[in-house]
Amino acid sequence: MTAAIADVDEPRVTEVARSLDEREARIARAWEVLASVLDPEVPVVSVCDLGIVRDVAIEGESLAVVLTPTYSGCPATEVIEAGVRAALDDAGLGPVKVRLQRAPAWTTDWISAEGRRKLREYGIAPPGPADPDQGVAMRFVPNRGAVRLRCPRCNSEHTERLSAFGSTACKALHRCRACGEPFEHFKPI
Amino acid sequence: MQASIEVSRDPAVRYLLRIGDTCLIQAQRLAEWCGHAPILEEDIAMTNMALDLVGQSRAVLTRAGALEAELGGAAHDEDQLAFLRDERDFLNPTVVELPRGDFAITVLRNFALATFLKLLWERLLGSSDAELAGIAGKALKEARYHQQHAGDWVLRLGGGTDESARRLRAAVDVLWPYIPELFEADEIDDHARAIGLGPRWSELADGWQAEVLPVLDEAGVAPPAARAFRSTGKKGVHSEHMGYILAEMQHLQRSHPGGVW
Repeated sequence: MTAAIADVDEPRVTEVARSLDEREARIARAWEVLASVLDPEVPVVSVCDLGIVRDVAIEGESLAVVLTPTYSGCPATEVIEAGVRAALDDAGLGPVKVRLQRAPAWTTDWISAEGRRKLREYGIAPPGPADPDQGVAMRFVPNRGAVRLRCPRCNSEHTERLSAFGSTACKALHRCRACGEPFEHFKPI
Repeated sequence: MQASIEVSRDPAVRYLLRIGDTCLIQAQRLAEWCGHAPILEEDIAMTNMALDLVGQSRAVLTRAGALEAELGGAAHDEDQLAFLRDERDFLNPTVVELPRGDFAITVLRNFALATFLKLLWERLLGSSDAELAGIAGKALKEARYHQQHAGDWVLRLGGGTDESARRLRAAVDVLWPYIPELFEADEIDDHARAIGLGPRWSELADGWQAEVLPVLDEAGVAPPAARAFRSTGKKGVHSEHMGYILAEMQHLQRSHPGGVW
């Protein structure tokens, strides 16, 4: 009786196991490929470094990738979506489905240690912890120049903020008073 | 010439349109400063805030158009809702459509609006509509940053030169008659409250005053006495300025339907 069941089921069990292995391999390969898809505005950090790839799974025949947008109006969102799709298709991992998921909202806390290192090397001061003041009543001051950040070029703390907004939605503009160079800061949100 | 679309009269759809239109028209006014701001940093700041607001508007209008279909009507996408609605179908409060004026008017309106939107997004985090709650989670962070920036500037203008203080006082006189409309609730608010979509806007009044009035006080500005006048943009009855905004915003899609670049 036992032998009979084994005779019948063994090929099927093997097939299921092989199929599971293939799914795992496809997902693992997808994460590798995604680690090479760079942010179009900051082309040293990948979409994985930024923490915007929330999930990779197999849905039916498709590889389903869940992305979380960084800012509501970020024009890079659509470019990133297209880049992710193209990279996975080129790697033969398609068909690909990309889904945008808003909740939970993206935070700079999701940027990896590796991503922060790459930002600093690129000349952008990485973000500190997001919203440390959340829940605290907001204070307003007529001049907010003295937000002390470490200069990503010379490491001096003798810096000042020039502008609360910068070249993209995610950055502010600062200047180092020691080396004289302007630099960008990835705003913590 | 592309004809206008027929928009659902459902109160939940209209509640969403009020939010999306407030963000959209405020964005349009802020974006007018591109290339005209008094300093480069503010040029960048105002266009960045406009970009966040356009993004928020796109998301909310998309949800409104999808809800129209869920309720059995015709679905509309964000572009159709932005570019193919008539003036009477835009439901933003009048204050956002007033001309951009000088820098003081822009700063003060931005402070008033960012504070309002921050309080609204906070409440929408708990919306029964999962998509709206998701939009609020992101938009709240952005509104906080806008409020911080604009509030700093209110103090800077109030405590700056005689001229900057004079302009800030003049700005309060221009804008304040349009503020009460923000906090007037009607049957659209009641419906949104009943189904858990969002708060009555009247519920935000106390929180708004608690955050805005101390800053005005510190800036040395006193709001004018309350008047009987009420603006009615939220009901689709707009000031004479609204038509000009829509003419500029819509003419490309109206003249070249479906045009893209």
